[in-house]
Amino acid sequence: MVMTKPSIDQVWKWLDAVPDPEIPVISLVDLGIIRGVAWLNDMLEVTVTPTYSGCPATRIINLDIETALNDHGIKKVTLKRQLSPAWTTDWLSEKGKAKLEDYGIAPPQTAGGPAQCPRCKSVQVEKISQFGSTPCKAQWRCTDCLEPFDYFKCI
Amino acid sequence: MGDNSLVLGHRVSEWCGVAPVLEEDIALANTALDLIGQTQLWLGLAAECEDKGRDADALAFRRDVWDFRNLLLVEQPNRDFGHTMMRQFLFDAWHSMVLAALKSSDNSEISAIAEKSLKEVTYHLERSSDTVIALGDGTEESHMRMQAGLDRLWPYVGEMFLTDEHDLINVASLRPAFDELTNDVLSTATLSIPTDNFTHKGGKTGARHTEHLGHMIATMQFLPRAYPDAKW
Repeated sequence: MVMTKPSIDQVWKWLDAVPDPEIPVISLVDLGIIRGVAWLNDMLEVTVTPTYSGCPATRIINLDIETALNDHGIKKVTLKRQLSPAWTTDWLSEKGKAKLEDYGIAPPQTAGGPAQCPRCKSVQVEKISQFGSTPCKAQWRCTDCLEPFDYFKCI
Repeated sequence: MGDNSLVLGHRVSEWCGVAPVLEEDIALANTALDLIGQTQLWLGLAAECEDKGRDADALAFRRDVWDFRNLLLVEQPNRDFGHTMMRQFLFDAWHSMVLAALKSSDNSEISAIAEKSLKEVTYHLERSSDTVIALGDGTEESHMRMQAGLDRLWPYVGEMFLTDEHDLINVASLRPAFDELTNDVLSTATLSIPTDNFTHKGGKTGARHTEHLGHMIATMQFLPRAYPDAKW
């Protein structure tokens, strides 16, 4: 059977529909971890960079990429791990940052702390801990509405 | 590098579920996770270079004490939380400087792992420095425990700067920058650096590990040794 190769743009759109397993409101493309998509003859190569080297979601992410592309009819998929340049939160898309905030996770700021409480928007916030529920987050608290919240660490 | 991050990663993971407060438990577990992730990269590369059909897991779980090349500092037991954080600070300070130097390696795989690890370790150092300062310059009890931790661990610092023929970088040359950083943080923490510079050695060469490493790897390696090739 001869299959027409989907375009690279189309593949990016499909990947943009694959949610991050830990933070399902943003896609893997929003997260900035898909570094390249290319056809090598009839094999699709997807280049992925890990967020944190020990992040347990990495394995699930690889599986989700393969599953999504297989479901769209691409049977031969190979994943390439790329460490350098190391992942940075600068690669988070603007769409992704807005979705994080809506979901209750303060997006990363170069200043090193959240700009405001994602719930009540107060700027009166304080750090509880440098680490949080996943390697990519820290715990902060709003001193106005008193709610603790996750902050996406800036690295 | 892989043995250092493996042994310290395992040590730090021993706190999981028993740390003094939930936030510290999570922070320690995350630090351990980063270190184990780095271990997979380093030992994966080591196995590939060795080309004897072993992988990172085989290197971690199927070697005995004398084949480990980690620094004596990282195999020291956790003792109390203050002691654990002092060990972390001394290691993070060294680790960040070594990774920064390895980032310029001619070997692209080594430089990529160093670049990736350095981002995580910079964050570890920020946290361990803050904690050492908070506890050193804290209550009478926390100060006493941090000083005791420093006194106990200082004799393991010298080994980190012994350069041998297997080193890719001149680690001895990093000592002045390490001294500057530790002096700065420890004096802010109101702690006194011991004046005796006696140094235990033998971890990095594998010639003489402390008794603690064997006990640690007995626990760490139990499952894959009792149930070879177990999968879940």
